[in-house]
Amino acid sequence: MNMHKTALIISLAAFALAGCPSSGGPLDSDTGGSVIDDTSGSDGSGTSGVDGSTIRSGGFTDSDAGDTTADSLIIYFEYDKSEVSAQYVDILAGHARRLAADSTQRLRLEGHADERGSREYNIGLGERRAQAVRRLLLIQGASAAQISTVSYGEERPAAFGSTESDYEKNRRVEMSYRR
Amino acid sequence: MKKMVCAVGRMCAVFGLFIGLSSVARSELVIEITRGAVKPIPIAVVPFGWSEATPPAADVAAVVRWDLASSGRFESLPPENMLERPSSGVGIDFDNWRMVAADYVLVGEMSRQGSEYTLQYQLFDVYGGRQIIADRLIMQERDLRRAGHRVADAVFEAITGVAGVFSTQIAYISVSGRDANRTFQLIVADADGNNEFVLLESRQPIMSPAWSPDGRQLAYVSFEDGSAAVYAQTLRTGRRQKVSGRPGVNNAPAWSPDGRQLALTLSDADGNLDVYVRNIADGKLTRLTKRRSIDTEPAWAADGKSVYFTSDRGGAPQIYRVSARGGDVERVTFEGRYNARPRISADGRLLSMVHDDRGSFRVAVQDLQSGTLQVLSNGFLDESQSFAPNSSQLIYATRRDGRGVLETVSVDGLISGRVKSVGNDVREPVWSPFRR
Repeated sequence: MNMHKTALIISLAAFALAGCPSSGGPLDSDTGGSVIDDTSGSDGSGTSGVDGSTIRSGGFTDSDAGDTTADSLIIYFEYDKSEVSAQYVDILAGHARRLAADSTQRLRLEGHADERGSREYNIGLGERRAQAVRRLLLIQGASAAQISTVSYGEERPAAFGSTESDYEKNRRVEMSYRR
Repeated sequence: MKKMVCAVGRMCAVFGLFIGLSSVARSELVIEITRGAVKPIPIAVVPFGWSEATPPAADVAAVVRWDLASSGRFESLPPENMLERPSSGVGIDFDNWRMVAADYVLVGEMSRQGSEYTLQYQLFDVYGGRQIIADRLIMQERDLRRAGHRVADAVFEAITGVAGVFSTQIAYISVSGRDANRTFQLIVADADGNNEFVLLESRQPIMSPAWSPDGRQLAYVSFEDGSAAVYAQTLRTGRRQKVSGRPGVNNAPAWSPDGRQLALTLSDADGNLDVYVRNIADGKLTRLTKRRSIDTEPAWAADGKSVYFTSDRGGAPQIYRVSARGGDVERVTFEGRYNARPRISADGRLLSMVHDDRGSFRVAVQDLQSGTLQVLSNGFLDESQSFAPNSSQLIYATRRDGRGVLETVSVDGLISGRVKSVGNDVREPVWSPFRR
């Protein structure tokens, strides 16, 4: 998880502008991407959940994006934050291209929060995270009609404990394609 | 997939969704006082007189005894310590009660004619030697426990000056199973944990139950269609309607005190959350907040004129207030870096919230007159607090041993209780209003 954390810290500066469509520019494609391999199904609670060991670094390049079989992907966030970390930029660019290339593709974004704080406020956080991912995809060519969002707040945790490592796994946006 | 059966409900099966009313064999909740009043009031509830050979279906005096003790403010004298067991005031020798240090003594006589039961009861002040209450209740057999709660309410109010809440109900969410087998239930139970019934069961999250002010309906959020929608369901019939199912967020329903409006949180196309008020008769929406911040968790002021809500417009969640017709927003909480989920006591005196207390989330109350904040709970993840309708205590959710459980605390912080529950994760308790 160390790499994960470091990347998160770097990310903030790069993506503080994520909410600002006119900026468009700070997508640095040199940043190493990472893929969270989740084949457990789109509801994200299919198997024993996502654990740190399923995070592989640098596994997703532009050439993969065109014919990716990774139909779902998870993006993690910092506590009480909704900025998308730089490590996900390339991955999202790939998904944006996939959406732009095929207007029949539909992507669902599910925003989640860890259990700290009140439940309804966490619905707000989950929604804000899903929207941050959505904006990045829109900036890069996906169309609004292709993307739907839902926030589950803390209601559908991926990890059920109350440790910091459980919380890291629960602050996330799950992406899944629907046809 | 588990098969569901529809009793009263209309649609079911496909989504593992069950709507309606069904009694649950278990009693999930049992309230236990963990810290009572320093000097609880000693009271003797004498076993009620009954002339038939077989006892009635429920021991009403035992219900009263248990209710009063469960409040943490009373100490019930065990019947085996009683020197006499009169069933009316005529038979009382007050010296026998002074000797066992009972301050009050409650006596009663039950009788039955056909299916109808009658209870005549009297409450006496032992030291003054005078009668405080005399009343008669008529009930059917199924309402025997309910009659006990009524008597306990009357006794509690006569002695403490505060209305009892033993006849009220608690709605809550119970979650069982994990991953693909997770099941969410919306349950309503009597305040003592009895008479549970399941209003809704779903594989998808159910959250944010909210009572209508007449106690006849519950609004809640269900994700059964894959996105959030607000529903209102009538308890007696199990019938429900979708109140708000717009694209995006439909959350945090809260009925106005007059029952004519529902405050809720909706999102716009950009996913920005704002607080709205929906007029129930015509569906007209009034937007109360306009910032690009998370604005949610509306709670009505007791007089219905303003709405409190959580907003992170200042950088971190704090509680704000706005007129129910919209307009200027005023910040209400200033202590601590995280204050969310406002709830206002029915007497309008207290604002309760989830407060970050040195890294732990705890239930706190703020006196709306003086502004003084007091932290009432001591867990690390206390949330979803709800005032009892008599404004004297709160029920809230916390975690113990990795499981969601409920606890109660008096608004002065002096009396606390644990609601024992079996197995499941229980959360989001909401105290019903008084029955009208």
